Amino acid sequence: MEATIYRSHVLICTGTGCVSSGSGKIKERMVAELEERGLQKEVKIVDTGCHGFCEKGPIVIVYPEGVFYCQVDVEDVSEIVEEHLLKGRIVERLLYKEPLTEESIPSYNEIDFYKKQMRIALANCGRINPESIHEYIAVGGYEALGKALTEMTPEEVIEEVKKSGLRGRGGAGFPTGLKWELTRREKSDKKYLVCNADEGDPGAFMDRSLLEGDPHRIIEGMAIAAYAIGADEGYIYVRAEYPLAIHRLEVALEQAAELGLLGENILGSGFNFNLHIKKGAGAFVCGEETALMASIEGRRGMPRPKPPFPSVSGLWGKPTNINNVETFANVPYIINNGAEVYSAIGTEKSKGTKVFALTGKINNTGLVEVPMGITLREIIYDIGGGIRDGKELKAVQTGGPSGGCIPADLLDLPIDYESLTEVGAMMGSGGMVVMDESTCMVDVARFFLSFTQSESCGKCTPCREGTKRMLEILDRICAGEGREGDLELLEELGNHIKETSLCQLGGSAPNPVLSTLKYFRAEYEAHIKEKRCPANVCEGMKSAYVIDESVCIGCTACTRVCPVDAISGERKKPHYIDPDVCIACGACAAKCPVSAIAQG
Amino acid sequence: MKKLTNPGKICFIFMSKYVKKITSYIMGKGLENMGCVCGHGKESMEEYLAPLRSILNNYPKEERYLIPILQEAQEEYGYLPKDVLREIANYLELSVTQVYGVVTFYTQFHLQPRGKNVIKVCTGTACHVRGGAEVLQALEKELGITSGGTTEDLSFTLETVACIGACGLAPVIMINDDTHGRLTPDKIPAILDMYREQEDKAAAN
Ligand SMILES: Cc1cc2nc3c(=O)[nH]c(=O)nc-3n(C[C@H](O)[C@H](O)[C@H](O)COP(=O)(O)O)c2cc1C
Ligand code: FES
Repeated sequence: MEATIYRSHVLICTGTGCVSSGSGKIKERMVAELEERGLQKEVKIVDTGCHGFCEKGPIVIVYPEGVFYCQVDVEDVSEIVEEHLLKGRIVERLLYKEPLTEESIPSYNEIDFYKKQMRIALANCGRINPESIHEYIAVGGYEALGKALTEMTPEEVIEEVKKSGLRGRGGAGFPTGLKWELTRREKSDKKYLVCNADEGDPGAFMDRSLLEGDPHRIIEGMAIAAYAIGADEGYIYVRAEYPLAIHRLEVALEQAAELGLLGENILGSGFNFNLHIKKGAGAFVCGEETALMASIEGRRGMPRPKPPFPSVSGLWGKPTNINNVETFANVPYIINNGAEVYSAIGTEKSKGTKVFALTGKINNTGLVEVPMGITLREIIYDIGGGIRDGKELKAVQTGGPSGGCIPADLLDLPIDYESLTEVGAMMGSGGMVVMDESTCMVDVARFFLSFTQSESCGKCTPCREGTKRMLEILDRICAGEGREGDLELLEELGNHIKETSLCQLGGSAPNPVLSTLKYFRAEYEAHIKEKRCPANVCEGMKSAYVIDESVCIGCTACTRVCPVDAISGERKKPHYIDPDVCIACGACAAKCPVSAIAQG
Repeated sequence: MKKLTNPGKICFIFMSKYVKKITSYIMGKGLENMGCVCGHGKESMEEYLAPLRSILNNYPKEERYLIPILQEAQEEYGYLPKDVLREIANYLELSVTQVYGVVTFYTQFHLQPRGKNVIKVCTGTACHVRGGAEVLQALEKELGITSGGTTEDLSFTLETVACIGACGLAPVIMINDDTHGRLTPDKIPAILDMYREQEDKAAAN
């Protein structure tokens, strides 16, 4: 390890978001600038994982002051070096500005986006270099593993996790300690531990950020779990779409093995644990635990009926415990701080924090970790900074394709596993897609259903055929050919599919349709009865544009932009749009200098 | 004929029309229906499968390694040709049907040649609500292919994925391992040009 003491640290985010916004080039320039001024011995550059605030990337933070610079450009680097690192003056114009007050906020912790968050799983993301095990250890990493192996019996570890109230973050919310106990109880010469990092829900990226930003935390959590259940071999099943996460995991596994934190006789305790990475091959259903195990075994990832549960018969027929990435990320905290501290956070039945991926029509997209029981309003307005372009919130979709849409009037709902299920949505993996008035709820329902439909593995009939029939009906409604009785038929089909499918893919696929039918029925009815899409999204029933003759000045600007030549009229005289030809693209309305064109 | 010792070259030469004509003149019969004279003869096949063999050598003969082997083979060959699948099945003592079943189940595997640059357009939720469809349209227009297709010169393959996990930057596409975010249709041509230039440079070297 290096002995140099640096006077400043410059943290550059190298999460996927910031890398694609250009943080690689910023680092290159920073290295060059520091060398040019001979500062390389005084200022250290640290590559970090995701800060969660991808919207404002690339993000650069300068310590010890903790100054948070956002949307940094390569051209800004020399100014940061010259002004901040040499002269100690903060570069005002690169600071974050609160969207409402326009006020510049110099420090990380003062920004509204971070103020209401509570970072346990994400504690190190953005703070340490994920490719350095020493940095992880320096912030207390692997202490929990040491404590578990040397001071606790496996039973005590399980007891602690049970008392903490931790529940699975992969979707269903099954109590983690209980799951471990069930696997521990099985008698077998071999047991496996699996980490589910398949993260298939579109709109969710917390597992990716955890793996990219703090891979050792997941490894530590897994090692503790393996010790508790008595497994000596484990797999991390990661999506192949996450190349950076896979790379960071590979580096981390190697470093951990080198220091004897993985492998044989860990920390001299006699406990052995070997960990492998398995790359997924692109099938959503492989996130389902029995399908995932079939995939690890080299077969098609098709779910099988449960029981037997994996804790009894999992990988190659051996008892197997499978948990989600975020679930494991909470384990070191619980062991270090004790069950009481953890269970003091959250609601009666849902303890601790949950990471949400905040996306869609919201000002601050990104990853946020909040205590269970926080309201949707706090997440969307206090942390998320409200809706984009000053529009109205219409609904929030949670739980991905298995979840549902929560209407704006339920904004004060405290969020936990139970409350979300009650309103017809789901915690799921934690995707939270915000929708505004310009989103058509029928189109959204169709979007999710077409996703699950194409990902159905085809093994069971209700899911394979039923979702297809539902999708046909929705396609029809969106095309303006909905019929009387369609909505009742959708509900009937949906409920049947939920009850009779083999796995939870089919068991939850109708949720987006059923929940939008419940809260936005009038919107469906407008599509069917009036052949009208109120949000003006559905192709085929967008209403044609009309020119207000009393306002039109006959400038012909509209005729020139119309892609289908629907507009006619003489110069300097009012023009006319042929409603049968108009495709409602809106190009004319955008061009009109006197705002004479609107939808009819 | 014996002088041509490089079997790979034989294949190539016989594929050109010109040579076909000459040979058919010499041999006095049309070669049209015979395809390649070496018919993927034993030698050339061996050469073709050599990289696969060295991949297989790293894996024990167990079913659990089927997917990693397929992934590595596809990286080597760009796709999964029939002969490669047959060889893998032989090695793992599985039926070809079983291997084929696995290959067609996972979206990552391909039975047809693919472009040098693979473009994955995100059609996930966050990208959907922020205009991912228009980005896809722009790519289709610019490349002259539809989603799932490959350009004739094998430079680009266009496909859609459900979520890349960079939803904060929606709409997002991935080209090879690079993520491009906050896209609008008008940014597409410049991005494609970047990859075309890279390819030209690589070709020039
Ligand atoms: C269709 C389907 C997809 C799933 N996808 C995921 C996933 O991507 N990641 C995940 O952790 N769990 C996923 N699950 C849930 C897993 O089956 C399993 O419940 C979970 O990994 C258990 O971990 P936990 O107890 O820590 O939540 C999925 C379930 C279904 C039915
Ligand atoms: S929805 Fe497009 S990256 Fe997640």
